[in-house]
Amino acid sequence: MLLRHTPKEINPRKALTINPAKTCQPIGAIYASLGIHKCLPHSHGAQGCCAYHRSTLTRHYKEPIMAATSSFTEGASVFGGQANLLQALDNIFTIYNPDIVAIHTTCLSETIGDDVPQIISKAHEDGKIPEGKVVISASTPSYVGSHITGFSNMVKSMALQLSGGEGRKNDQINIIPGWVEPADMRELKRLCQEMGLNTIMFPDTSGVVDSPQTGKFQMYPQGGVGLHEMRRIGDSEATIALGKFTSQAAAEALDAKYKVPCQILDLPIGLKATDRFINALRPYSRLKVPESINYERGRLVDMITDMQQYLAGKRVALFGDPDQLISLSEFLVDLDMRPVYVLTGTRGKKFLRRMQEILGQAVPEAKVQHAGDIFLLHQWIKNEPVDLLLGNSYGKYIARDEDIPFVRYGFPITDRVGHTYFPSVGYQGGMQLLERILGVLLDRKDRDTPEESFELVM
Amino acid sequence: MGTILKERKQQVFRKGEDGFAMACERNSAAGSVSQRACVFCGSRVVLYPIADALHLVHGPVGCAAYTWDIRGALSSGPELHRMSFSTDLQERDVIYGGEKKLYHALCELIDAHSPKAAFVYATCITGIIGDDIDAVCRRVEAEKSIPVLAVHSAGFNGTKRDGYRAACEAIFKLVGTRSIPEVYPYSINILGDFNIAGETWIIREYYKQMGVEVIATITGDGRIDDIKQAHTASLNVVQCSGSMLHLAKLMEAKYNIPFIRVSYIGIEDTSEALWEVARFFKDEKIIERTQRLVAEATHKSMSLVNSYRPHLTGKRAAVYVGGAFKAFSLIKALRLLGMEVVVVGSQTGRADDYKRLRSMCDEGTVILDDSNPVELAAFSLEKKVDIFIGGVKERPLAYKLGIAFCDHNHERKTALAGYEGMENFIKEVYASIMSPVWRLFRRDYAGAPGGR
Repeated sequence: MLLRHTPKEINPRKALTINPAKTCQPIGAIYASLGIHKCLPHSHGAQGCCAYHRSTLTRHYKEPIMAATSSFTEGASVFGGQANLLQALDNIFTIYNPDIVAIHTTCLSETIGDDVPQIISKAHEDGKIPEGKVVISASTPSYVGSHITGFSNMVKSMALQLSGGEGRKNDQINIIPGWVEPADMRELKRLCQEMGLNTIMFPDTSGVVDSPQTGKFQMYPQGGVGLHEMRRIGDSEATIALGKFTSQAAAEALDAKYKVPCQILDLPIGLKATDRFINALRPYSRLKVPESINYERGRLVDMITDMQQYLAGKRVALFGDPDQLISLSEFLVDLDMRPVYVLTGTRGKKFLRRMQEILGQAVPEAKVQHAGDIFLLHQWIKNEPVDLLLGNSYGKYIARDEDIPFVRYGFPITDRVGHTYFPSVGYQGGMQLLERILGVLLDRKDRDTPEESFELVM
Repeated sequence: MGTILKERKQQVFRKGEDGFAMACERNSAAGSVSQRACVFCGSRVVLYPIADALHLVHGPVGCAAYTWDIRGALSSGPELHRMSFSTDLQERDVIYGGEKKLYHALCELIDAHSPKAAFVYATCITGIIGDDIDAVCRRVEAEKSIPVLAVHSAGFNGTKRDGYRAACEAIFKLVGTRSIPEVYPYSINILGDFNIAGETWIIREYYKQMGVEVIATITGDGRIDDIKQAHTASLNVVQCSGSMLHLAKLMEAKYNIPFIRVSYIGIEDTSEALWEVARFFKDEKIIERTQRLVAEATHKSMSLVNSYRPHLTGKRAAVYVGGAFKAFSLIKALRLLGMEVVVVGSQTGRADDYKRLRSMCDEGTVILDDSNPVELAAFSLEKKVDIFIGGVKERPLAYKLGIAFCDHNHERKTALAGYEGMENFIKEVYASIMSPVWRLFRRDYAGAPGGR
């Protein structure tokens, strides 16, 4: 379908994005805010933004996604949104009764110059914020960065505005998981627990956007990091932040404010990145790495060993968000596959540098693009095809047109389930991911093999 | 009850209460988790099904990303509308203006794709920074010799309904710019069907069987050339009147084309729509063919209705839709199945719509304007709703309440219009209400081994 409108010839474009591999900041801020227990995200802008973010998150998570909006009208756009935000806070605490409201801005409120922290102070003065309730904010203009930037900005706001500490170090570490799925956050907590660690993870969307079916609607499901926990993160021994693009800013802000030393690691997707994660946890654990984790690792390596012949040399195109792409590419190289096209819509030189470290030697022919779009990726594929495509649901157009095996990975996934329930981080997550990659590759082999060489055993 | 904001007291009524005066058509209360969208959204959903046009969103990437091929508006030919084009405005554009970028983007895209026309959508940000989109469009139109239409859809500038209006005005500029060699005496335009899951095709086929020529489908499976010659039709047949009534009125004023308002939801309304068109032309052959079509299709659909009715009688439905017009049809269609509508509301209904809703509903029915999840959940539980009929944001809410669901919005996956659509609707409603999952929430469900 997109095929006929996507020419093979690549002409330079200077003024437009076609089929974006990113979206705007506020949706990232909402996703991060949902990782706080009893938090209502609030969009300070016109109504449509909030409706779009809720719809998109609903399509991805298949859960009711709650967020309020300042409902800007023309008047607010001329005179500023202070009156709207004050009224909104009043209404929110009256009817929806959250513990925390996490406000993010939009292109509209940023451009007209609303000073949200000042409006929050005013709300406190006016008594619009009940005793014990908390309001935080992040600046997330849609014309800067991408959804990843918005996520990072809100996590940083959490680290600065919800945090606390008494100056006595506690026997605990902070984990900033980056933009991963609720199942991933649950898996990270499990690994930390196996390692015998006390951790506080923020944000933590597990239990919020994958809540169980009980026949009861809960506006605020059970999951999410608690305010009482956030109030202790300043006393943690260390912070382990996963993903430069999504978690570094928060970790460094916390370090600056409370002297909590931080390590910034790649997202623990795949073998080596998980090794680095486990190794980073070791100094804080009194235990040796438990055998159970060694076994998990061993099973992943065993799976790779067994199936190596079907993976070797396969050309892969992948698109999505920078933190994920970095770790995925490294994993693909360890699988003896060739990530030849790696593209993100988010801008960032550090992405290119890290990808060069991973692919420079291993896949010298690789094309790596930041601030790119899916149209360009499709053109690359038309010029030299690949054996596998990894990316969010929008990849299905290319996969269908070019008849490429396709593994859905990233955000948003609007046409399948599983991404929120099965982790891709850690060794077990690596096995899940490898199983899905092998599944589509071997299904394709079965489909295309002539009958006389169709094999039962593979 | 504690779930209604005080600002919203006049937007929630029960039939039978005194003082019914729906305070609709007003801005949502700030802080409400409203299910509404914006002006841009209204324009985008109405225009986007025009498949051979270029649709360029002038704004930051989000507005384009969230509206990239989300509606399932099908095309029988070109599919340029399913691509996402945007100027992806950055901070420097917000400071220095985005007009140059818009100009280059338009030129590049028109050169690359040779569309029949281009629509340029304004967003909040282009509204605020004051880009003169009209001037850029005029310039490109002159240079590239295709219609380049500015859609004034700055998100904050009203409600979704204002977006429909802006879209109608853009379409209206195209109408009348192309002549056709032959004028058909019995010809119509189909307005306000968007070919979701192929519904325009179903409706078009009925008119074909009746011997009525369809000049333009606006905008489902839409084509620019058809729209340009839409002024040659004898009648505008308008569905989803919220979105397209304005265009019909503009065409009536300028081209003297009368319009009728119809709905293709349900057997009764579909038949009535076809009859109205037939009566308008007063042609014996058309009337005869319509009689046959309606009789055969009704007979077939009614036998399905009759087989399902015993299972569905007494089931209670909540209906929450964008425009109120659809709710009228759904109430009738559900009644035909023996079901009751106990909660009904819309995002953008008008005062007369709500009066009509009130007159159609049973005593005690809750009627809502611009509602939100907390109210919808509370009333669904209070009224012991068996099935919720709504859109993307209502689905998981209903499911979490343990209530069946049918999407009657963008995410319908089977056609719900016409006779075939009613048959699909019945099957979907039945399957969801009867799903075994509603009995599986607890381990000790009735009939479970060791259970109650």
